Amino acid sequence: MQEVNWTALVIFVALFAVITWLGFAAAHWRKGDLDQLHEWGLGGRRFGTIVTWFLVGGDLYTAYTFIAVPALAFGAGATAFFTLPYTVMIYPILFLAFPRLWQVCHRHNYITAADFVHGRFGNRWLALAVAVTGIVATMPYIALQLVGLQVVIGALGIPSTGYAGDLPLLIAFIILAAFTYSSGLRAPASIAIVKDVLIYITAFAAVIVVPIQMGGFGKVFAAVPAQKLLLAVPGPHTTGAYGYYATLAFGSALALFLYPHCITGILSANSGHAIRRNAALLPGYSFLLGLLALVGFFALAAGLGGLPEYAAGFKSFGNNFAVPALFLHSFPSWFVGIAFAAIGIGALVPAAIMSIAAANLYTRNIHREFFNRNPTDRQESQMAKWVSLVVKFGALIFIVFIPTQFAIYLQLLGGILIVQTLPAVLLGVYTRWFNDWALVVGWAVGTALGTYMFVAVNSPNYPLVIAGYTFPGYTAFYTVIVNLVIAVVLTPVFNALRVQAAPADATVAADYRV
Amino acid sequence: MDQGSERRGGWSWWYLLFVLLFAAVIWPPLYNRAEPTLIGMPFFYWYQLAMVIVGAILTAVVYFATDA
Repeated sequence: MQEVNWTALVIFVALFAVITWLGFAAAHWRKGDLDQLHEWGLGGRRFGTIVTWFLVGGDLYTAYTFIAVPALAFGAGATAFFTLPYTVMIYPILFLAFPRLWQVCHRHNYITAADFVHGRFGNRWLALAVAVTGIVATMPYIALQLVGLQVVIGALGIPSTGYAGDLPLLIAFIILAAFTYSSGLRAPASIAIVKDVLIYITAFAAVIVVPIQMGGFGKVFAAVPAQKLLLAVPGPHTTGAYGYYATLAFGSALALFLYPHCITGILSANSGHAIRRNAALLPGYSFLLGLLALVGFFALAAGLGGLPEYAAGFKSFGNNFAVPALFLHSFPSWFVGIAFAAIGIGALVPAAIMSIAAANLYTRNIHREFFNRNPTDRQESQMAKWVSLVVKFGALIFIVFIPTQFAIYLQLLGGILIVQTLPAVLLGVYTRWFNDWALVVGWAVGTALGTYMFVAVNSPNYPLVIAGYTFPGYTAFYTVIVNLVIAVVLTPVFNALRVQAAPADATVAADYRV
Repeated sequence: MDQGSERRGGWSWWYLLFVLLFAAVIWPPLYNRAEPTLIGMPFFYWYQLAMVIVGAILTAVVYFATDA
């Protein structure tokens, strides 16, 4: 491993100190009674367009994204750029459906998607399915944020082997856990502003400075091997790489805003207008992510994989080391400190929001529904604070004791699982037509089939064969269609079989009006 | 359509712009090629980056058109 980079380390630690202070101070920002769950867990739904932009941006474009997408470009080439069509498609979905969800949740004080589903369909088991799916899909995602943090800590030259090597990670996590506990969603919202400014500076520096150093984009792309430069043209009888690229982009777009941390970010906005405005403003981050994916190519063009000073890093972290290696290679130490802090802080923001979202789900839709039906506001808020700690330390234990590869594996599965809540949540925002039990069966089949397909081929890319033609595609996309077809077919059947009256819809049409 | 009560809650023809946007990115053969390049960047890359900006502009257009 290379020597400790002291200049970078000092700047890194100083910036961490600033955001630690900010995280605790945030408790007093737009002050509310933190003994109420919507204050602790949704920031009192007080965030306007600009804060929402930083918060949701910090939430969607995580440290892991900033490490993993360029790493994918570095390793696999053009496929990594599915993130561009994917992020193009998420914003119309955000624009159309989520202001309606915000309205109904605001009117009924719903804090989670499962709260909404419970109100809409009157079925606690359907709500439980949505809550459990959300928690299961979120856990490995939190663990992966730590991978981002681990990579930059390692790249600073701090030895990352053995349990002592996990100490910096533990310190960062204790800080994260403490300010999340005390300030709730206000902490990541305030830190996101600092983090995003740092990330923008870093990304633009990388995309402007590095190509100049290398002699222009033409030279960069000329150094990328031909088979990585474009998608492979499919052979006969298959849709090949095209099918996977398109379904991965579309399926990921459908899944994204169903994630609990995304819904938490959206529900904390102060109006449906703030969400609609953000649908037009958030692509700023998509553009940034596209530029950062190019950083993977810069690393390829610079031949960093073959340089002896980075060999140890690539050995420890694989392709995830591509971005830190490029920064070390191209920037002065002080700027490396800023860039690494941007990524490290970029891990804390989504990790905080994810743990809050999981805590909200457990507290509202599992504990309150099945264990203690009449908690006081204070008990409910206290429970969520404790659960946020448990969730984070679960993720920490996960990443320290279990190979990173397994966390990545579970996170890929998480995308397939979370999309199964689409009929109840996303379509539920538009219609009450579905039978609640038909949705439960659709969810169960989609979940089981998705898990089976994923495990069978050990990849989210499933080669579906129909009449001699192969359609490689994203498992989430295929299985949510199965889920939906089952829900549609069983709805009239279950409605006919129903002996008592259908459960009441707690919401009315006017609740959804934007 | 009842424009009074369903204002902004219902369908707007402006949403067709989103359909166009989806069509522009969902079909990779449309942009999976190297030429023409822009400042040394193959078409595949600059086209998709440009679509992010186009998407933001279209979303803003729909926002202002349906917000009146």
